[in-house]
Amino acid sequence: MLIIGERINGMFADIREALQKRDPRPVQEWARKQEEGGARALDLNVGPAVEDKIEAMKWLVEATQEVTGLMLCLDSTNFDAIEAGLEVCRNPAMINSTNAERDRIERAFPLAVKYGAKLIGLTMDRKGIPKDADTRLAFAMELVAAADEFGLPMEDLYLDPLILPANVGQDHGPEVLKTLQQIKLLASPPPRTVLGLSNVSQGCQDRSLLNRTFLALAMACGLDAAIADACDPLLTEVAAAAEVLLNQTIYCDSYVKMFRAR
Amino acid sequence: MAVEILKDRNPSRVGEVVLGATREEGGTRAYSLRVGGDPALPFHQFEGETVNRPAVALEVVDTVPEWPEELARCYRDVWQDPAQWAKKCVEEYRADLVYLRLEGADPEKGNRSPEECVATVKQVLAAVGAPLVVVGCGVAEKDNQVMEAIAEAAAGEKLLLGNAEPDNYRTLVAACMVHGHSVIAKSPLDINICKQLNILVTDMNLQSNRIVIDPSIGGLGYGIEYAFSIMERLRLGALQGDRMLAMPVLCTVGQETWRHKEAAAPEAEYPEWGAEAERGVMWEATAAAALLQAGAHILLMRHPRAATLTKALIDELARPTDF
Repeated sequence: MLIIGERINGMFADIREALQKRDPRPVQEWARKQEEGGARALDLNVGPAVEDKIEAMKWLVEATQEVTGLMLCLDSTNFDAIEAGLEVCRNPAMINSTNAERDRIERAFPLAVKYGAKLIGLTMDRKGIPKDADTRLAFAMELVAAADEFGLPMEDLYLDPLILPANVGQDHGPEVLKTLQQIKLLASPPPRTVLGLSNVSQGCQDRSLLNRTFLALAMACGLDAAIADACDPLLTEVAAAAEVLLNQTIYCDSYVKMFRAR
Repeated sequence: MAVEILKDRNPSRVGEVVLGATREEGGTRAYSLRVGGDPALPFHQFEGETVNRPAVALEVVDTVPEWPEELARCYRDVWQDPAQWAKKCVEEYRADLVYLRLEGADPEKGNRSPEECVATVKQVLAAVGAPLVVVGCGVAEKDNQVMEAIAEAAAGEKLLLGNAEPDNYRTLVAACMVHGHSVIAKSPLDINICKQLNILVTDMNLQSNRIVIDPSIGGLGYGIEYAFSIMERLRLGALQGDRMLAMPVLCTVGQETWRHKEAAAPEAEYPEWGAEAERGVMWEATAAAALLQAGAHILLMRHPRAATLTKALIDELARPTDF
C-alpha cells in the first residue's frame, strides 16, 4: 500500500501561510512527520487561495525535496503549474490528476511520459462523478486506452474511482469497491488504483474509523495507493495488517514497524 | 509465428555480500568472493543475468568426524589436521570457499578452548587463500566465547561467521560489527522468523550487506520441499523490494544429505538402493541442484565429486541465453 501523505495542501491554514510568506519550515516539518508516519509519497497542493499557482508549485516542490527523497505527487487542476513543478522535481514524481475528458488526456499523458512521472486518472468527465460502477469503468477503460495510445507504462497509471463522503453519497461506497475489483481486469499488466481516502469521512463523526475501515475494504478489492492522513497511526496500522492478511508482504513480528520504516 | 518470451521486470534485487578480504582490502585472502546481487529468479538469464555465480564450499571439521565410508575415503589422509584438510579442499577439490566447523569446542566433544579454536582458524587461514566460513559447535554459550575470540583474532579477513539464531544473536552480531565480518542468520525453516531475525540483526546496526540467510534446509522429502518453497518466497520477496528478505542464502547441503541413511547406508544393508559410491554423491549433487533452482547462493558441501558436479551445473545454468 502506497500511502500518499495529504497534509501539504494550501487548504490547511499553516501551509497557506507558509506559501504566502515563502517560509519552508511548516512544509518541511509536515514532510518529515508524514514520512515517519509511513507515507511513501507526498501530495503537494498549493490550494485555492494562491494567485500564482505556477511559482507556488515550484516553490513547494523545491522546499519539500530539500528534506525528503519521497515521490512527490503534484496536485493541481492547472497543468502549467504541474509542468513547472515537474521541471524542478528531482524526486520521483506523480501527476494528480487528469479526468477522462479528451483535452485533459491529451495534455496529461504526454506530460507524464515526458517527465517519467506516474499519473492519476479520475474515472469521471466534466459532468461529474458517476453514480455506478459501470460508468466509472467506462471512464477507466478510456484512461487505460490512453495509456496505450501515449505510451505510458500501465504500472504508472493510477486510476481513482472517486469516493464520496459517507453522509453524502452512501450508495457510492459499494460501487467504488466493485470498480476497484474490475479495474484490475482491464489490462495486463493491470493499471494501479488510488483513492482520495479521507474524502469518505468528510463532514462525518469518527473520521479515522471510517477512513481505516474503508481502507481495509478497498485494499481487499485491489487498492494500491491512497492519498491519506499518514500521521494517523491507526490508519497505517490497518494498512500494515491488511498487507499481511492479503499476503502482499511476508509476516514478521515487527510488521507494523516495517511498514513505516521501509 | 515467433514465440514471444514473457519476461518479468522486478523492481528490486537481492543484496550482495562480499566474503573474504585480500591484502589490499585489509585481509590475507588470495581473492574475495561476491555472492547475491540477482535481479531475477534463479538462472532466468533472459530476465537478468546471474551477476555472481553461486559459490561452492567444502566442509572441514576440527575433529575427526564420524562420516560414512564414501566421504571418509576422500579425507581420511588429512582429517587429523584441519589446515591440510582445507588445503586439499581448495587445491585438489577446487572449492571456492572453506567451511570450517568447530565441532571440537562442544563441551561434550573435546571442549576446546577459545584460544585453541583461534589457533585452528589461523592455521586454516595460513594454509589456504580462499575465503572462510566459520561456525561454532552449536552450544550457544560456548559459541559466544569462541566466535568472539575468532572475530577479534581474524579482524579484517571478512569471514562469514555463524550462527546467529533468534534466541542467541547479540554477541556474534556485535563481534561481526566490531571486527568487520559478516554473519549467518539462521532460522528454523520458517520464513517469518527468518525475516524477524534479519530485522533484529539490522536493528543492531549491522548492515544488511553483511548478512547471509541460512533458512535451515532438509536433505530429503518434506524437508527439502519446504526449504525450496521458503527460498522461493525469499527470492520473490527480495525482487519485490522487501529488504529484510533480500540477503543471499546459504544451504548446508552436505550435512543434510549425509545424515540420511538413503545417502549414506552401505550397499550391503540395502542392496536394492545401488552402489554407495554413486548414491551419496548423486544425492548430494541433486539436492544442490534443486536448491540452486530455489535461489541458493552458497552451498556448503561435503563430497568433492558432488561439488565438482555442482560447479559444472552452475556453469551450464549461468550461461547467457539467446532469448
